[in-house]
Amino acid sequence: MKREHSIQIKVLSASGYFEHGVNLRTMPDSGWLRMVGSMLDGSSLVEIRGLRFGYSGRMIFNEVDIDIQRGKVTAIMGPSGTGKTTLLRLIGGQEYPSSGTIRVDGANVPELSRNNLYQLRKRMGMLFQSGALLTDLNVFDNVAFPLREHTDLPEMMIRDLVLIKLQAVGLRGARDLMPSALSGGMARRVALARAIALDPMMMMYDEPFSGQDPISMGVLVKLIRELNDALGMTTIIVSHDVNETASIADYLYLLSEGKVVEHGTPERLRQSGSEWTRQFLEGLPDGPVPFHYPAPDFAEELLQVSASQ
Amino acid sequence: MITQLQHLGAWALKRFERLGRSHLFLFHVSAGLGELLTRPGLVIQQIFAIGVLSLPIILVAGLFVGMVLALQLYNTMVNFGAEQSLGPVVALSLVRELGPVVTALLFAGRAGSALAAEIGLMKATEQLSSMEMMAVDPMRRIIAPRLVGGALSLPLLAAMFSAIGVSGGFMVATGLLGVDSNAYWSQMQANVDLFDDIANGVIKSIVFGVVVTWIAVFEGYDAAPTSEGVARATTRTVVNGSLAVLGLDFILTALMFGDNG
Amino acid sequence: MRQSRAVEIWVGVFVALGFSALLMLAMKVSSITSYIDNKGYQISAAFENIGGLTVRAPVRIAGVRIGRVSDIRFDSDTFQAIVSMRIDAQYNHLPLDSSASILTDGLLGENYIGLEPGGDEESLKEGDRIEITQSALVLEKLIGQFLFSRSQGGASK
Ligand SMILES: Nc1ncnc2c1ncn2[C@@H]1O[C@H](COP(=O)(O)OP(=O)(O)OP(=O)(O)O)[C@@H](O)[C@H]1O
Ligand SMILES: [Mg+2]
Repeated sequence: MKREHSIQIKVLSASGYFEHGVNLRTMPDSGWLRMVGSMLDGSSLVEIRGLRFGYSGRMIFNEVDIDIQRGKVTAIMGPSGTGKTTLLRLIGGQEYPSSGTIRVDGANVPELSRNNLYQLRKRMGMLFQSGALLTDLNVFDNVAFPLREHTDLPEMMIRDLVLIKLQAVGLRGARDLMPSALSGGMARRVALARAIALDPMMMMYDEPFSGQDPISMGVLVKLIRELNDALGMTTIIVSHDVNETASIADYLYLLSEGKVVEHGTPERLRQSGSEWTRQFLEGLPDGPVPFHYPAPDFAEELLQVSASQ
Repeated sequence: MITQLQHLGAWALKRFERLGRSHLFLFHVSAGLGELLTRPGLVIQQIFAIGVLSLPIILVAGLFVGMVLALQLYNTMVNFGAEQSLGPVVALSLVRELGPVVTALLFAGRAGSALAAEIGLMKATEQLSSMEMMAVDPMRRIIAPRLVGGALSLPLLAAMFSAIGVSGGFMVATGLLGVDSNAYWSQMQANVDLFDDIANGVIKSIVFGVVVTWIAVFEGYDAAPTSEGVARATTRTVVNGSLAVLGLDFILTALMFGDNG
Repeated sequence: MRQSRAVEIWVGVFVALGFSALLMLAMKVSSITSYIDNKGYQISAAFENIGGLTVRAPVRIAGVRIGRVSDIRFDSDTFQAIVSMRIDAQYNHLPLDSSASILTDGLLGENYIGLEPGGDEESLKEGDRIEITQSALVLEKLIGQFLFSRSQGGASK
């Protein structure tokens, strides 16, 4: 059963190879091939067109177009609650847009059959904002989980792979702890180790830096960049840490109120004439970026209450 | 008046929606059952968590129900000089009704609520979501083994409940009430039928096992991803599970024992 | 997923306990032997009226269960009910001229067939038919007759 899975991956990626011509990146376990692939073409791995999405009537995305370049680190930034996490869930096929297309490696995610969606997800890694470790497994088993589910590797090999990933996030010594015994920042790093366990072609990080001390933050920034370059991954980062993110991102998207406000390389955005962009990147309290969730005028609301009493 | 009608309509729609969702859910889970054959370990783990851990309460309850039953029935039957029939009456009550039903009610409270809470929490903490993103289907990896584990555990628990209940009745009848021990067993054997009584009781407990576990895993999976949602899911599991057991028991009894003595 | 040995052992014990409970219910609480032991023999009897008799009702002699009703048919030539019974093999010395009646266990209990042994030297064998039968007492009929005879009796006396 499991053996079939791994064969299926190969078959699928082989067909992907033929379909997309020079698309070498879909070959698993061959970082250098993917790197060659990413040098050969600068096309988009993820291509979002005309995306509309809303939660029970409230519009989150209204006609959003986003391109994620292969082999690059692309950062999605925007005020809290604009729908960055939602965007990652849409790319992962966990939510369905009301209209628009989300193409990942050529395939329109909302239209994929269950089987093809699961095949695609094996090639995506996602770091959840909360970490989302499996609470009944210890750190080691958490990182080993995707390996045990999707491969038939002998236990010795799994052990080595897990220890390599844990070493990368600096938590090899914590392998026997249960998730409840981890701090928030440690849990996020374990989750990162788990997300990269299968060497995916694309990684999505939801707030990888929050809750990290300056040292582990520095290590993580370097790790993300290295994973991207050494393994030829494509990376999407959602983050509020403007400086760290800008330092590793090749490209930035700024989202607000259901729209892409601006996009471009970090240097270009820093010099942007847009007041909005400047306010957001420099973290100024006053400006066009709203800090508040949409609400009626504050003074008016206070007056209303006192009037009704 | 109009708004009340609207409320009623909305309420009814919501009921039907849940009913439909729960059946679709069962359908999706069933699709993953075949895969379990290749991974029996997952089911074994669940039989441990669901069945073995429910064992103490089931055994203690079974023993006491059997003893009380013998005591109560004896007091009535001795008035008619029918105390020799104590064995069959105790056995029939246990095998046909009390075994399957009381076990299922205890099961809903002990194992069902634990299942709903566990799955609800996994949902609230995004564990199910993260599994999906790791291309592991929670329906197959989490829900299906629990459904099978529960459905297998309950019939075994119910059989143990009845068996220990009959033995408890025997202890009270012969030790305390002075019923002849040969009469207790031989009358029982003469009047309890393997198919009409025992097999039907086992069928009941299989049905209860599937339904109670189904309700538990569905409520957990369908819970709002908050601590309040998880609390509601566990309460609902116990309430709906118990009501379903009692309602189904009536229907099954009418079907099985309705047309013959 | 690696499995702890303790879990496996516990589950093994659990399943074994469950099945031994089932076995006990089958062997000790009910009598599985009446189903396994098919060495018994089949006899039949014709009744005018079988009342509430059902398949698998007990066949008793002197109050002891010696077999079960295995089949009930309606004979459209004689307009009688043909009841087949399987008698346990160990009771193989029932006189050929035994009689059968349909009785009720207590006032409102279940119906069963009671055999009354005759005096014949020969025994009932596979396929034999009991000639002397008495139908079930149907309570409604009985009450009707009783009321009828009361009013009749009152007039004639
Ligand atoms: N399940 C849901 N049902 C209804 N509304 C939701 C749901 N999930 C999120 N939302 C709403 O969608 C909006 C976007 O949520 P999302 O989690 O994507 O924000 P975010 O950009 O990731 O914010 P943050 O930076 O704080 O993580 C929020 O305003 C939130 O209120
Ligand atoms: Mg978020």
